[in-house]
This record gives sequence, C-alpha cells and structure tokens, in this order.
Amino acid sequence: MAERRSLPITISGVTKTYGALKALDDVSIDIASGEFLTLLGPSGSGKTTLLMVLAGFVRPDHGSVRFGDEEMITTPPHRRGVGMVFQNYALFPHMNVFANVAYPLRLRGVARPEMEERVGKALDLVQLGELGHRGVHQLSGGQRQRVALARAIVFEPRILLMDEPLSALDKKLREQMQIEIKHLHHQLDMTIVYVTHDQREALTMSDRVAVIDAGRFAQVDGPRRLYERPRTRFVADFIGESSFLPVRVSEGAVRLGGDVLRLSEAPWSQAERQILVLRPEKLEIVPDRGATDANCLRGTVSDLIFQGESVLVYVRLAGGEQIAVRSPSRRETLAAVPEVGQPVHVALDPEDAIVVPEDP
Amino acid sequence: MTAAVTPVGTNAEALAADSRRERRRAFFLTSPAALLIAVVVFVPVGWLFWLSLFDPEGALTAENYTRMLGSPAYVKTFKTTFEVSFVVTAVCVLIGYPLAYLLSQLPARAANVCMVFVLLPFWTSLLVRTYAWLVLLQRKGLINTWLIDLGVIEQPLRLVHNFTGTVIGMVHILLPFLVLPLYAAMRSIDRDLIRAAANLGSSPVGAFWRVFFPLSLPGLFAGVVLVFVLCLGFYVTPALLGGGRVQMWAMRIESSVNLYANWGAASALGVVLLIVTLVLLWALNKLFGLERVFSGR
Repeated sequence: MAERRSLPITISGVTKTYGALKALDDVSIDIASGEFLTLLGPSGSGKTTLLMVLAGFVRPDHGSVRFGDEEMITTPPHRRGVGMVFQNYALFPHMNVFANVAYPLRLRGVARPEMEERVGKALDLVQLGELGHRGVHQLSGGQRQRVALARAIVFEPRILLMDEPLSALDKKLREQMQIEIKHLHHQLDMTIVYVTHDQREALTMSDRVAVIDAGRFAQVDGPRRLYERPRTRFVADFIGESSFLPVRVSEGAVRLGGDVLRLSEAPWSQAERQILVLRPEKLEIVPDRGATDANCLRGTVSDLIFQGESVLVYVRLAGGEQIAVRSPSRRETLAAVPEVGQPVHVALDPEDAIVVPEDP
Repeated sequence: MTAAVTPVGTNAEALAADSRRERRRAFFLTSPAALLIAVVVFVPVGWLFWLSLFDPEGALTAENYTRMLGSPAYVKTFKTTFEVSFVVTAVCVLIGYPLAYLLSQLPARAANVCMVFVLLPFWTSLLVRTYAWLVLLQRKGLINTWLIDLGVIEQPLRLVHNFTGTVIGMVHILLPFLVLPLYAAMRSIDRDLIRAAANLGSSPVGAFWRVFFPLSLPGLFAGVVLVFVLCLGFYVTPALLGGGRVQMWAMRIESSVNLYANWGAASALGVVLLIVTLVLLWALNKLFGLERVFSGR
C-alpha cells in the first residue's frame, strides 16, 4: 500500500424529491480517502437514497458527486467502478459462489488463472475458501453475506458502498461481522460508505457518522463526539438512551428545582429554551452530596429493573420528572442499589452534562 | 415425536386417536373431488383405450394403430400438427417475451391495467374470436382493403384459409398462456440483481443477457410447454381459418367419427395424441424439471 488507491468522495448540494417529499435536501459532505463513513438514520430518512445516488441508481434533481477529481453525477452505474453490498445480498441465484465472485472479473476480461487466484484470495479474506463450488441457495445467511462482500471487493474498487448489509443476520453474527468488516477496512485500501439504522453498529465501525434526518444531515462527527456532544435532541435521542429535562441556562449553570448543575462548557446554542440530556450510564447513585465533587440531583427511587448486565434505577426528582440511572451489576454496586421509595442523590460529572436546544 | 407409534406417556393414546381422526376427516373432504376425477378422467380414458382396439364390426384388431404408420394421410396430419404447434409456439415467444418484459418493468399499477388487455381475449368466446379473424383476414377483409387503399399492395394477400391464417388465429388465442407464467417469473426476479450486475460492471444489455434472461427461463419454459401442448389438440381455429388446407390431429379425429363413423380409429388417434403429449411432458420434465418450472423458481 505504498500509494493510496482509495478515492475521496465529494458530495455537494444533492437534492432529490419524490413528488412533495424531499428525500434529500441539499446534502453536502466531504468524505476523506480511506475513511469509513456511516450514514445513520431512521427508515425514510434518505440514507439509502443517498447511497443509491453514489452508486448511480437514483438520479438526483441537482447536485454534484465527485470521486477524486472526477464528476460522476451522470456516469451510468456500470462505469462508476464502485463495489456495493446490497441489503438482501443480491447474489445471482443461477450461479455458484465462484461464478458470483468471478462475475466482475469476467466482465473486466481477467484471464482464467488470474481470475481463479483473485477469487480464491477474496473468498479466503471472508473465510469461505472452500465453498466456491456451492450453490447460493445452499448457504446460510452469514455465508451469503460474506460472498456478497467478496464479490464487492474482488475487483479492488476504490470505493465500497454497503446498504444495511448486516440487518438480516442475528445479533451474535452481526456483531462478529461488524468486527470483521472493520478489520477488512484496515487491510484493504478503500473508502467505505456504510448505511445503517443501528446506532450501535454505526458507533462500532465508523471513523465518522453522519446522522441523517428528513433528508438532511443533523450532525456529522466521530463516534465518541457524537455520543458525548450531540447537537440536537434528535441526535441525542437516536444515539444512546437518554432522559430529557427542559431547563433554563444562566451563568454557565442549569437550575432544576432546587438543584444547580454546573456545566463544563456553555451550550452551543443561544436558544432560550434548552434541554438537559441525561445518559443513564453517566449518572451515579451516591450516598450523600458531600461525598463527591460532582453535580447532584435529589430524588426518590420509583422503580428498579434488573437487566442482567446492569440495573436500571428510575428516580423521581423533586420537580416530578423521572430519570433513569444505570448501575452495573457487579456485586458491590448491586449491593449499593437502593430500594424503591428511598431518597437518593444522583451525581453527574459536569463534563457529562449535555445541553441541546429545544427543537423549534 | 415417536409417541404416535408407541402409545406411552401422558395423553399419547388420545393424541394418536386425534391424529387418526384428522386424517379420516381429510380423506372424507377430498373424496368428492377424487371421485369426480375418477369418473370424468380415468373412466373415459380407459373406455377410449378399449374402443381403439376394435374395428367397426366389433372384432378385436390392432389395425387402428398400424393404419397410422402406413397411411401417408395420417403421417401428413402428424407432421402438420407439429409444424403448426412449433410455429405458433415460436411466434408466441417472439411476441410474448418482449410483452411480458415490458409488463414486468412497469410500475405495478400500470402493469395491472395492461394485464387486463392481455387477459381480454380470455373473456371472449373462442368461436367469436376466430370468426372475427375471418372478417379481418379474408380476401376482401379489413386488412386487405386497407392495405390496397393505402397503396401498399395491389393484389390482396392470402391471409386466411391456409397455414398463415391458422397461425395468426392460434397465436392470438394462445398468447396469454405464454405471457402469464412468464410475467409471474419475471416479476419475481429481484431488481437488486440487475442493479448488482450493473454495479459490478455489466452494461444494461449485458445485465439482461447474463442475469435477467437466465432467471426468466423457468417461466418461459412453463409458457412454452402450455402453448405447445394446447396447440397439439387445437380444433376450432384451424378448422375455420385453415380452410381445409391445414389438417390437424383433432380434425382427423372429428372426421373419423362424423364422416366415417369409425369410433375405433378416432379412439386410437386420441390415445396416440394423449401418449405423445405425456411423453413430451415427461421429456421436458427430464430436461428442465417441470415442478421447478411451475413453481416459478
């Protein structure tokens, strides 16, 4: 990998409307060469439409898509040279595994010995080395997924598009494939654009995540920043669990009932009405407020839910709002979990206090 | 799972009895249909076979079958039947494949509307449609008049009372039988497969021949088998549009009964037609796997 083969992608001003519906509303983003970018959003948000625009299957109303320095917007799909993994894999049912993976090489006029070598290599890469002669219908879901991946990378495209490739797999297999695809990304020099509605998948795999809502990017950031500094209520709600409390901010602090919470930085928005976002796992039940330097909220335990790896403690605050606190189920923390009806203090580090503007 | 075999354990006997009752009920429910099939299919076919073994005087003979091999008239009928069937099927494929392809690519709503037009012939009597073709195709029919008025031709074309007329009429009537299974097969082809082919580098024409066409073949075979087998036994259309010049198998059967009152000869012809059809189906099944064809996979 002496020189970089992967290409940067520049999307600017892409708009696509279906009747009155704006599937993509003036979308622009620069994707760096070799980057793993995930388009994350609920169904109908436009994430798949954007991917189809990149692959050339959807013609936008206007806008520009460039791979490297080359404008691609009117290039037909078969001349774009991008790999793609489809949601339902789209393996050719009338061909065996070998013929499926060899398909793009055959079209490119690769000679038989080289074709066999490259198909073998691609199948090895997805750990299916022995299955070349199998029919597609003889494969399990996970194996089909791997064949689709091998077929998409065998011709060494410089850009790889993936449309919810893991959504049909069960949870265990999905998590395993996430790690494998991430490793493949490091091994192969490709720019990857990945579409998913699964926020955990997005955080696990990506260099950057673009959260998309109603055809627009709500926020584009690295996984950690996206999680810890969501800019809108939509992003905070879509990624991770949260309790939302409407608050007013003054002098770098939030007032909630009789309690004052300090903030580590001023909210980015100057909006009058703000919302405090409380992540359950960032909160801690403490015996009394003297024991910690952190912010504290007072309340009463209203419910306890045992979830295996953790216990969810619901606390009703003095003002009547209910928040959730997640406590890991280690022996000592489990023993410290209070009972229902008991008054408690909930601690929050100022660094973990998130304030977003109320949606207009 | 083995409780039904050895009635041990809780409720094993009651469950086994319940299962027996269910099978008995299923048998009673299907028996009227089974009886009907037996009466209207197996009894007549058996009787047909029996009749074919006797001459007009009621003596046991194999003459009805040997005559078919020896007489040139019979051999000619045999040849004509296959010629007509082959040409009609081929023309149906040439017209029907692009039609089914167009329908399968239309949005569902538009395709449904167009499908009504494909099915319209189904709802009109076969006899009416055949006479309609006679009006259109004859010497002073609509088509010839128009073509002469437009100056395209000077002498009227011979469009009916011959092979051409027979084929035109039969194609019209049999086309839906090709289009319907083909359309169903084409609709079930995942569009992402065509997209995948394009994404991997196939031009639209390449994607069609390498992916779409092979996947539509089971539907095409189903349609071809239906049309061909129906052709073999066609009577009304060739009788009216062939003008006596096109002798098909079914017409030979008719003349054996009505003209010569030779039930033995007619039965033998029927038996042979049935056997030829069955052998054909068997061979196609061997070649392409019909159960796969009719399930549209």
